[in-house]
Amino acid sequence: MNIRVIISFLLMAFVLILVQILLLKNLALFGVALCFIYLLIILSIPVTISHIPLILISFGIGFTVDIFYDSLGIHTAAATLIGFIRPYWLKIISPTGGYVDSTDPDLKEMGIGWYFTYAMPLIFIFSLAFFLIDQWGTAGLFGVLNKSFFSSILTFVLAILVQLLFFKRKRGI
Amino acid sequence: MLRILQFLYSLRSFLLFILLELVAIWMIVANNSPQGAAFFNSSTAVTGSILQTQSDVVDFFSLAEANEKLIEQNAALMEALTNLNPPSDSVTFDLDSAFEATFKFKSARVISQTLRFSQNHLTLNKGSKDGVEVGMGVFNQDGVVGRIKTVSENYSVAISLLNTGMLVSSKIKTSDVFGSINWDGKLANEAKMLYIPRHVKAQSGDTVVTSGFSSIFPEGIPIGVIKAVGPGENQNHLDITVTLSSDFSSINYVYLVENTQLPEIDSLQQEAEVINEY
Repeated sequence: MNIRVIISFLLMAFVLILVQILLLKNLALFGVALCFIYLLIILSIPVTISHIPLILISFGIGFTVDIFYDSLGIHTAAATLIGFIRPYWLKIISPTGGYVDSTDPDLKEMGIGWYFTYAMPLIFIFSLAFFLIDQWGTAGLFGVLNKSFFSSILTFVLAILVQLLFFKRKRGI
Repeated sequence: MLRILQFLYSLRSFLLFILLELVAIWMIVANNSPQGAAFFNSSTAVTGSILQTQSDVVDFFSLAEANEKLIEQNAALMEALTNLNPPSDSVTFDLDSAFEATFKFKSARVISQTLRFSQNHLTLNKGSKDGVEVGMGVFNQDGVVGRIKTVSENYSVAISLLNTGMLVSSKIKTSDVFGSINWDGKLANEAKMLYIPRHVKAQSGDTVVTSGFSSIFPEGIPIGVIKAVGPGENQNHLDITVTLSSDFSSINYVYLVENTQLPEIDSLQQEAEVINEY
């Protein structure tokens, strides 16, 4: 991993967080589907990263978003959960022969089928955790499931779009 | 001993995960108590200035609508002013100091707001420098909006009325029966009115206004209109749904109100051991 890859990754993280807090903060499609595009940062961290830094990074990203959402702790808790689960999930769905050292878990490298099995459950678990904490004691389980389901679909679709539009050029470096 | 340490070392990522989750839960709990001092929030200098810039850009597109509303209110105020000014041929005398203004008003602009969660907040562009204090009421020309929760030098954060932890002392205008408005976390334009006894005749279409008992808002600021009245789960109370009069998705400018006699009322109530539920 050279310095240019790191810088372009940091730039992407910065832009995604900015988009999340400035544009997507109050967006809710049909009142149920929220978009958590900043999850794409956690999802695209290279496979080779060890577990502890990954958890710490997830915690930091969740915390940053929380400060701007005035929902201190909710994004943090859910994002940390994703950071913790990701390596186990990667191990379960690893392709035959394992991952190559330079593999990035993204659409361009792995293809749409694999990416769906990789990203969709993680995004869904995140949404479920997020809405469970947010709606604690106020809404029924159906409302939580409804919101998490549609939010994860919206987030996944947007994550695919972002990768199709912007990831190609960066990987070409 | 070494084995235990080795065992713990092999579990290190899990332990870190548990620790960070506990930190997050602690933040949620500490942040949600109304009195808890929230340190990291959108009223700090850096986040405040970013949100201010965003709001500057976005507000540019809604200037026309905001102007229209301001003009409407100006007109209403001018009308009220002419009623207050006595004609020159009449005799007036001053009432005693008890009737002096107990409420002071300020204005502010909303620079950031959440709508989609169960604990919603607003960030305002005025802070302690401009005389904003914790506990001031927030409303706009349509009705009640919220209450100030934290204040920094240049910005402040208010708990929105759309927050399941927020109670506003209120009454039904026609019958003067008082209760509390509390959001149930479902729709952004509806709230529940609590503690209205069964024998009260409330009907849909009745206006709900602030009661003035909480000493945060003056009496008579609109909150909403009763939409439906049901028997309710509780044996003693009605289940009343209120359509809120403020449109929370398009709040731009708000007024802040401060009760100058609040410290006196508070200390009196403390002395008399009255617990104010609002």
